[in-house]
Amino acid sequence: MKVFLLHPDRDVEIKPELRDELLRAMASGDLMAIVHARRDWERRHGDEQLPLPPVEDALARDLELDTLWQAMAAGDEFVYETAKRVVLSSLHDGDEIAYRQAVLRDCLENRDVVRRLYELSVQALTSERSTISLWRGAGPDVVLRRSVQVLRLYMDVLRQLRDVADEQAGGFRSAGFERFFRMLRDELSDEYVQTVSQRLDELEFKHGVLESARLGKGDKGRDYVVRRPYEQRWTERLPFRNRGSSYGFTIPSRDENGFRALEELRGRGINGLANATARSADHVKSFFGLLRLELAFYLGCLNLRERLDAKDEPTCMPTPAQPGGYELTATSVYDVCLTFHLPDRVVGNDLDADGRSLIMVTGANQGGKSTFLRSIGLAHLMMQAGMFVAAESFRADVTAGVLTHYKREEDATMTGGKLDEELRRMSEIADAIAPGSILLCNESFASTNEREGSEIARQVIRAMLDMRIRVVFVTHMYDLAHGFYAQQLDTALFLRPEREEEGRRTFRLLEGEPLATSYGQDSYRRIFGGEPDAATPARRGRRATVVEGR
Amino acid sequence: MTSFQSVLFEHPEPGPAPDRAAAPDYFGDLHLDQVLDALTEGREQYELAPFFHAPLHDADAVHYRHEVLRDLERPEVHEVVVAFARAMQTMRDHLATVDKLHYRLQKESWFVDAVAVYCDAVEALARGLAGSGPESRALRGLADHVAAYLESDAFTSLRSEAGAVRQAFAEIHYEVRINGARVTVGDYEGEPDYGAEVEETFARFQQGTVGDYLMKLHDLADMNHVEAQILGCVERMHPEPFARRSELRARRGGYLEETIARFDREVQLYLAYLELVGRMREAGLSLCYPEVSADSKETAVEETFDLALARKLVAAGETVVTNELHLRDPERIFVVSGPNNGGKTTFARMLGQLHHLAGLGLLVPGGSARLFLPDRIYTHFEREEDIETLRGKFEDELVRVHDILERATTRSLIVMNESFGSTSLDDARLVGTEVMRRILDLGALGVYVTFIDEIATLSATVSMVSQIVPEDPAQRTFKVIRRPADGRAYAWAIAEKYGLTYDRLIERVAA
Repeated sequence: MKVFLLHPDRDVEIKPELRDELLRAMASGDLMAIVHARRDWERRHGDEQLPLPPVEDALARDLELDTLWQAMAAGDEFVYETAKRVVLSSLHDGDEIAYRQAVLRDCLENRDVVRRLYELSVQALTSERSTISLWRGAGPDVVLRRSVQVLRLYMDVLRQLRDVADEQAGGFRSAGFERFFRMLRDELSDEYVQTVSQRLDELEFKHGVLESARLGKGDKGRDYVVRRPYEQRWTERLPFRNRGSSYGFTIPSRDENGFRALEELRGRGINGLANATARSADHVKSFFGLLRLELAFYLGCLNLRERLDAKDEPTCMPTPAQPGGYELTATSVYDVCLTFHLPDRVVGNDLDADGRSLIMVTGANQGGKSTFLRSIGLAHLMMQAGMFVAAESFRADVTAGVLTHYKREEDATMTGGKLDEELRRMSEIADAIAPGSILLCNESFASTNEREGSEIARQVIRAMLDMRIRVVFVTHMYDLAHGFYAQQLDTALFLRPEREEEGRRTFRLLEGEPLATSYGQDSYRRIFGGEPDAATPARRGRRATVVEGR
Repeated sequence: MTSFQSVLFEHPEPGPAPDRAAAPDYFGDLHLDQVLDALTEGREQYELAPFFHAPLHDADAVHYRHEVLRDLERPEVHEVVVAFARAMQTMRDHLATVDKLHYRLQKESWFVDAVAVYCDAVEALARGLAGSGPESRALRGLADHVAAYLESDAFTSLRSEAGAVRQAFAEIHYEVRINGARVTVGDYEGEPDYGAEVEETFARFQQGTVGDYLMKLHDLADMNHVEAQILGCVERMHPEPFARRSELRARRGGYLEETIARFDREVQLYLAYLELVGRMREAGLSLCYPEVSADSKETAVEETFDLALARKLVAAGETVVTNELHLRDPERIFVVSGPNNGGKTTFARMLGQLHHLAGLGLLVPGGSARLFLPDRIYTHFEREEDIETLRGKFEDELVRVHDILERATTRSLIVMNESFGSTSLDDARLVGTEVMRRILDLGALGVYVTFIDEIATLSATVSMVSQIVPEDPAQRTFKVIRRPADGRAYAWAIAEKYGLTYDRLIERVAA
């Protein structure tokens, strides 16, 4: 019995770097383990978030992913932790993305059924609380008794799941849900449920225990195994039917040590059986755990969609393109995180960067460059999580990874110089990045003088491009931007903020040659209300590839 | 039997073995006690200290050990010996258990196991030595010895008796039924495994890994009386193997062969040292077989380091700085000066260690080494906790130096560290120069750590200076050399440091 709602052929797969104690607890379905993992973390780290590996941490900070995850969670911590890990564990295969998109469409059309399935998984997991609890030092007997209780409760919820499958499967069309419902019906037949119930009855051992063993080190018994007697009632009187050579003894009723020893001996045999039973219960629990985990992601998508619908922001199912074609076309792609911070809808950009491996954005501050960069990163990331994206349409290569390198404000914890810190982060990226990735840089290497910064950036960009990595680079460094522009590469696209008359900013980007001046004069005019003396006339960019969003 | 006796000495001295050798008085000064602690940690039972205390003075005796070490550095030989040592340890543990236990049947069981482990160990050793073809005199001798022992009647009969008993016991498969207070014991008759049936019922829910609920049932080697009663039932069901086992133990108490037992102890010195060598090499450091001579005092060691210090640094994941040193005739003494905490003392200690380790016939820190075998090593290190007056301390130092000069010969190694630091500069210069002249007259080898530059100008000395980073005087290089290093342009150096130049990036992304 497998959930397989996030991947066609396997359980939810989280990037190795993000597989922490909490995730293991969540996947196991063990509610106490989740509490412990959190408490353990809080004891050691206080209020801090669970740590992300450096590259993912940078991505989360630079794209403000927390806002996205919060919107998906809608207050449910479990959904938050799930969304975080799934969004960061990008898919790299178009078919897998399509599989998830289809499941998501089903969810959007059957919201109540999906929420009901989620509730059933939670109900099963919480039911465990009503059974006897395991204490430290509890013997195998207790483990066995408890496991039998737990399994009886799980069977009850499994029957309910099958009922949902029987009644609702017709409304679902995705391969993922079709398989899921078919499995529930196949695997949980009435006959099977009956067999299970009989097994659970037998495990109460009304007629004593029969254990086999061998002589181990120092003649101690080893390899104790509980055996099912051939014929229960007969062997009760004559335990060993083929031989007369059996011996026995009876513990005198006052020999307490003897009874304790006997209990221990019984435990040695029961131990393996109790383990098998408890592990079975855990497997069923883990099925519920994974069901909850995988549904939590889709629940997050539903929550997000509802928030965006409320603001009347558009979304679309993106079209993943074959890797390596450098495709990237979008209409009205916007920053999904920014919109949750603003009262109004946000400005989107249209972009046609097909065939361009380098996109370099120059120009004025406050011109929407950072927002644009974030919207591109978010769209890639959401597409590769199998989600809808914040755009009217979006088509792009399935990348090997999305990585960000943003200029950082001074950090109190920083040791060493600023340039040092930037280089260290780029070095972490170099360790993590693979050909086919997209690298988003925002004012990288601006912390040293322009000549040195440009030279380092040039080497990095050239190396990345040569390794088939798409680079989107926002920079003030004219020397750097113009250097690439002068090479007249077909594969490079240069953008800069639209500058309308009167210097009013539109937050839209146009294709255009990098300019030596930034729009400092705009600011000057805004603040001083007149032209600076040595204003450089700016050449207007061609308004072709990049046009107004909406 | 063959003539082989010891893997450490080709000709063991008659009379008392060198087991009594106490630590030489320079041991602590050179931090050799720390090295010894590292070597013997977990090997206390072998009592290796006496071997580590006593350097050899003869090149051939050193070669005898080098040969063994070279053999042991070959993985196929090393594996054989380590496996043997491990098995002998297991055997001893078994015998210790025999002594601890109370029930006779249990004692007999552990005893037979010990014998079986021993037989296997000796056979594996013989097979392994024959298969891996050691080239040292010692291990070839051992191979001959073990081969002959294997053929002996003492061994073959021991082996077959123990084997037969164990086989008979392995075949016993019994069954216990517990119903209330009643316990019944009989033979197992093939009833199915209940746990497997349960797992099969729930197999369809398999979800990767889940927890393990096998309770750690604390299992003492000892038995309680219920277990003993059950065992008694099993004995009544199978009386014959129990009787044979009992008889074996009564008759075979002293089965251990003496030369093999001695090898088991002595070879630990090599194994322990090679373990340390391995850790150092993993950290990128070199150790080598020194070319030793009891005649020539020409000294040359490349990439060497203080073994005691390196051990700590490597354990802490820190970098170890290596140094080189050369004495060409007629040079005899290194004079080390320079900034404090720059590695001067370490350099002096290192020279002493090199000679002690070379004398033990072990590998020495360094990529290559040529060393003299001194008749004796003398050290003079300032005693830090001395709270005497300056005059008292100075005199105390003089007495000790005088004592050393009285006893040292032209074949000795003298390590002087920070001497005469407790008197006026003039006095120190005067006395230091005088002492130095006497060491030079003696013709002994040595190192002299001092803050007095003039001493370095005397003939037959080599001046060494500890270095600091020019741009950052607070940072030390721990290099003791003759020339300072120079820096590089900052931004580029730093980009290179992070591996972010075009070429490095291409390499890294492709990897």
